[in-house]
Amino acid sequence: MLSAEEWEIVALSLKVGGAAVLITLPIAFALAWLLARHRFPGRIVVDALVHLPLVLPPVVTGWLLLIAFGPFGPVGRWLESWFGVSLMFRWTGAALAAAIMALPLMVRAMRLSIEGIDRRLEGAARTLGASPWYSFWTISLPLALPGVLAALVLGFARSIGEFGATITFVSNIPGETRTLPLAIYSALQVPGGEAMVTRLALLSVALSLGALILSEWLVRRTHGERARHGD
Amino acid sequence: MANGRAMAIDIDVAKRLGDRTIAAQFTAGPGLTALFGPSGVGKTSILNMVAGLLRPDRGHIRIGAQTLFGDGVDLPPEARRIGYVFQDGRLFPHRRVRANLLYGHGLADPAARWMSLDEAVDFLGIGGLLGRWPHSLSGGEAQRVAIGRALLRGPDCLLLDEPLSSLDAARRGDIMAVIERIRDELKLPILYVSHDRAEVERLATSVVEIGE
Repeated sequence: MLSAEEWEIVALSLKVGGAAVLITLPIAFALAWLLARHRFPGRIVVDALVHLPLVLPPVVTGWLLLIAFGPFGPVGRWLESWFGVSLMFRWTGAALAAAIMALPLMVRAMRLSIEGIDRRLEGAARTLGASPWYSFWTISLPLALPGVLAALVLGFARSIGEFGATITFVSNIPGETRTLPLAIYSALQVPGGEAMVTRLALLSVALSLGALILSEWLVRRTHGERARHGD
Repeated sequence: MANGRAMAIDIDVAKRLGDRTIAAQFTAGPGLTALFGPSGVGKTSILNMVAGLLRPDRGHIRIGAQTLFGDGVDLPPEARRIGYVFQDGRLFPHRRVRANLLYGHGLADPAARWMSLDEAVDFLGIGGLLGRWPHSLSGGEAQRVAIGRALLRGPDCLLLDEPLSSLDAARRGDIMAVIERIRDELKLPILYVSHDRAEVERLATSVVEIGE
């Protein structure tokens, strides 16, 4: 059905998307927890910064990444001199761009599920001898888990669909940074590429739809649980 | 079982919540001490202060020789060895009954435990519920499990916050009998919040009126 080249594109997209959500997961959870549970000065600013990639033109996000992580950028120079690592024109750069674009969606989904935790259950755990940390691992996190998984799926779908920031930051290199949307874009430029465009586009629709249904199911499961519990 | 401790609970606390002040001063001896008064005077807040879930503005809370709050001490809830049965049960919805019962038991210092899972299950008659999820329990069943969970934590005293309020008349009688047995057989000091005079008359060893 798919050619070897197309399989390579799919494999690369899955690799980029997987790496992106794994980078984002702990950061997004920490931010979601901070925003859901804590009132601190500058909270609105943090909230706005988290949401920025959602509203900023992706090309601007890509350009900012280019400035920061490019060979003369502050972060890029530091990575280069300390670790000999460069993200420029590499799949890792594509993963970083995708991670940043997925962050707001993941924070939103996790924040909702954290806000949905009945905090009185944490109080009950404390009276039973649980330290705050133990109560977090045994009560809060398991109760937030469906939301965290939903965020993971949503972030993954968003990551494999990332276009603007990726092409700006790491260009469109076959086998390295040419993920599904970039491959579709490239195929559109080539005469006779319609069949490939159709196949890859259908694949994109299927992946995105599957992810949305899965994450919706996960969220419903949490709410169902709570409704049955009679909250 | 509850090695018949007859320790006094000495409470003198005040807390400003919004535009009202909750204050209470009393000493509770052995048996069941009912905190009695109309709804909304802060009876539950007093239990929360004893449990360490709400911090008093001033005063002290002592059980026997141990200071839980006051004189620069403010023990966190997990260090207080108090069993708390909440009005709404507050069972953990993602854990089966057995795991709910054992949550505090596993965390307690082995020397502090005075009841085993089997003893608690027999005492409360909840043997058939161990594999069930909390959402599948009736109100009376959930309240028994909540009581069991609090007892298995190995507490020095038990806080009961209107444990009968969500139950029908038949179940109330059952749970009242359980509470009487905790008072008489286990000899565990109990602080009991209620606004129902009949309940208090039946259960209380002594009554503390809480009001404006």
